[in-house]
Amino acid sequence: MQVEMSIVMRRSRCRDGAPPLPLAGEGWGEGISATKIPQEERALSRIASHDAIRPPPQAGEVKTARGRTLRMLGTALPVALALVAAPAHAFIAYVSNEKSNTVTVIDTDSWTVTKTIKVGQRPRGIDFTRDGKFVMVAVGDDDTIQVIDAKTQGIVDTLPSGPDPELFAQDAAGKVLYVANENDNTVTVIDLEKRARIGDIQVGVEPEGMTISPDGKTLINTSETTNMAHFIDTNSRQIVANVLVDARPRFAEFKHDSSELWVSSEIGGTVSIIDPKKHEVIGKVTFEIPGLRREAIQPVGIGMTKDDKTAFIALGPANRIAVVDTATRKVTKYLLVGQRVWHMAFTPDEKYLLTTNGVSNDVSVIDVAAQKVIKTIQVGELPWGIAIAP
Amino acid sequence: MIRWLVGLIGVSLVGAGLAVTQALAADPTEIGIGYLGVAGTRSTLSLVEQPAENDGVAGARLAVEDNNTTGKFLNQRFKLEERRLKEGEDPVQAAAALAEHNGFIIADLPADALLKVADGLRDRGTLLFNAGAIDERLRETDCHANVIHVAPTRSMLADALGQYLVWKRWPRWLLVVGSHDEDKLYADALRRAAARFGAKIVQERTFEDTGGARRTDSGVTLIQRQMPVFTQQAPAYDVLVAADESEVFGAYLPYRTWDPRPVAGSAGLVPRSWDAAQDQWGAIQMQNRFMKLNSRRMTALDMQAWTAARMIGEATSRTNSGDVKKVTDFIKGPDFSVAAFKGTRLTLRDWNLQLRQPILLVDGRMVVSVSPQEGFLHQVSELDTLGYDRPESKCKLK
Repeated sequence: MQVEMSIVMRRSRCRDGAPPLPLAGEGWGEGISATKIPQEERALSRIASHDAIRPPPQAGEVKTARGRTLRMLGTALPVALALVAAPAHAFIAYVSNEKSNTVTVIDTDSWTVTKTIKVGQRPRGIDFTRDGKFVMVAVGDDDTIQVIDAKTQGIVDTLPSGPDPELFAQDAAGKVLYVANENDNTVTVIDLEKRARIGDIQVGVEPEGMTISPDGKTLINTSETTNMAHFIDTNSRQIVANVLVDARPRFAEFKHDSSELWVSSEIGGTVSIIDPKKHEVIGKVTFEIPGLRREAIQPVGIGMTKDDKTAFIALGPANRIAVVDTATRKVTKYLLVGQRVWHMAFTPDEKYLLTTNGVSNDVSVIDVAAQKVIKTIQVGELPWGIAIAP
Repeated sequence: MIRWLVGLIGVSLVGAGLAVTQALAADPTEIGIGYLGVAGTRSTLSLVEQPAENDGVAGARLAVEDNNTTGKFLNQRFKLEERRLKEGEDPVQAAAALAEHNGFIIADLPADALLKVADGLRDRGTLLFNAGAIDERLRETDCHANVIHVAPTRSMLADALGQYLVWKRWPRWLLVVGSHDEDKLYADALRRAAARFGAKIVQERTFEDTGGARRTDSGVTLIQRQMPVFTQQAPAYDVLVAADESEVFGAYLPYRTWDPRPVAGSAGLVPRSWDAAQDQWGAIQMQNRFMKLNSRRMTALDMQAWTAARMIGEATSRTNSGDVKKVTDFIKGPDFSVAAFKGTRLTLRDWNLQLRQPILLVDGRMVVSVSPQEGFLHQVSELDTLGYDRPESKCKLK
């Protein structure tokens, strides 16, 4: 009897967090359109997940660039090779799980979860310090940013982030941190060395997206209900321009050459491309997926390759990553990932792109060159943000 | 004299400094929003459901604050002027007085009063937002080109509930209807929903309002005897659906039915445009802002007024204008949409100016579900599976 009870309870827990896939002929009616997968897409999804369960390379087995497999003999050799190969392969990814209040650590060599770190309530924004020594994670419901030591993988400190921190950006030197405080229309400025709050900037309603220009001179904040990208001079900490974009702007990303700023609008369903000098919208990326309602396409996270030629855009409950040619500003491909895809991060060698899939509780691994989803890794409940060690 | 000179120099220096931000130095565009409601509050069976004096206008106030935060960057300033009608006061006169300073009026009025106001202001160009009346006829035979309907309709609410009950496989309904006109209208909407989504009303019963106080010291004992008796000997049913907008009996039904069955409609699982428990899709920030400003939780009427004022703010920022005609045209145009923490953009049905919106199903503590439910498909927008659709509409906008 007790056993039965615990099963029932576990099931119901799973339900209020993330609904499982609907049974055949049945819907899962929480108004979460993420679960709405048309018939032909289900087939696709099966293929993708079949792909995804392909086993990782065995220990002592290394794929060379040409795709040949080298099988190692003995134990000394793989160690030596691992030392050589490590910089090209083994990276550590940190994923914030919004619902389970944890951070999942993933080894990108074995594509396995190596550790789950308990953090504060509602972890979302996550990033490394510039020196790679610490991971900062915004725990909104605890009104702080926790600092994880990347070596010991334990929490070592907190930052005075102001109330309800969600996303943040740091300057090029890694000395100043700018935090969006969703609850009180401000951006808080923190001195990272002193771990002290040194100022704040009033912005629009529900600040969310944060990024800094490659030259470090301009901070961008997007405000979700004001529907603007605010351009803030990092010297004077004054707003110098406000650019209106489509509804509920959530994320901002510069091209590496600073020529364009891309801002995603979740409810508007578009990505606005802004000229950062003229402060004007100069183009828009739009999305169309056959069989999917326009409302289900809700762009959030953006990833730009280092050559600025390709952008990857997470489409939320459309369960896809759009691959965009930045020259034509057109989508060239849609990659089916997990449900409700939020954010993404490249491995530093840019071979892989990892996406967090909120509702399906997993991370998809995309082979960037092949533009294919190659793997799915289960993480905590409602994964949201992701950062990969530099 | 010297002091005057120094002052003058000071002013001119400040002026030079401001020249850089010239746009902000100019006088802001003022956008006036009126709020017209009825004085006093209605009585509810449950004390916790008793509306606050500022129910509705509190939401508009928050939206005006939100609009003003945005307005800072666009040099727009929003003002809210509230007017409450006393018993017997002429709504048209009050509306005309509000329209003197306000190009937009949010109305929380009964259907007849709203129609009078709409006719009375027709030639002024004032745009009205119906935040309170859920009557179908305001969007159908009595529809007006100068009224935007932010409140959902009875049929939208009934369809939202109907879809869920059918999804839940509770297709057999025992319908209990109050004896007042609104109760009957709600029952019509529920019957329509049952027919549309394949549910069956196994029996209908009427609960007569025999008058009497809603609050008495020995009330519970009596109710506990009355309700089981009233609901006994029903044919086999899955869920009791109550139509009691008049607050006479609905809230007495849960846990007191003869057969152990869930209750929905006017009590139990209730369809609403908004609820204090709604925290999905970023709503928590707005709930927090509302709490901070008004020291209470946010109701559906607050949200409807918030949405109306935000629609005005959205349109003034998109058009970068405070011109009523320009803003009105934009709101009625094909490019208009507004975000309102419901997971999808809200747009207007162009044939009757009703705002499309998901409907929450709430139990007083939690949001149980959000309609439209999965599987209820539509060629234009799944939100149009809720309420009267274009082909059924009798509205001719004028």
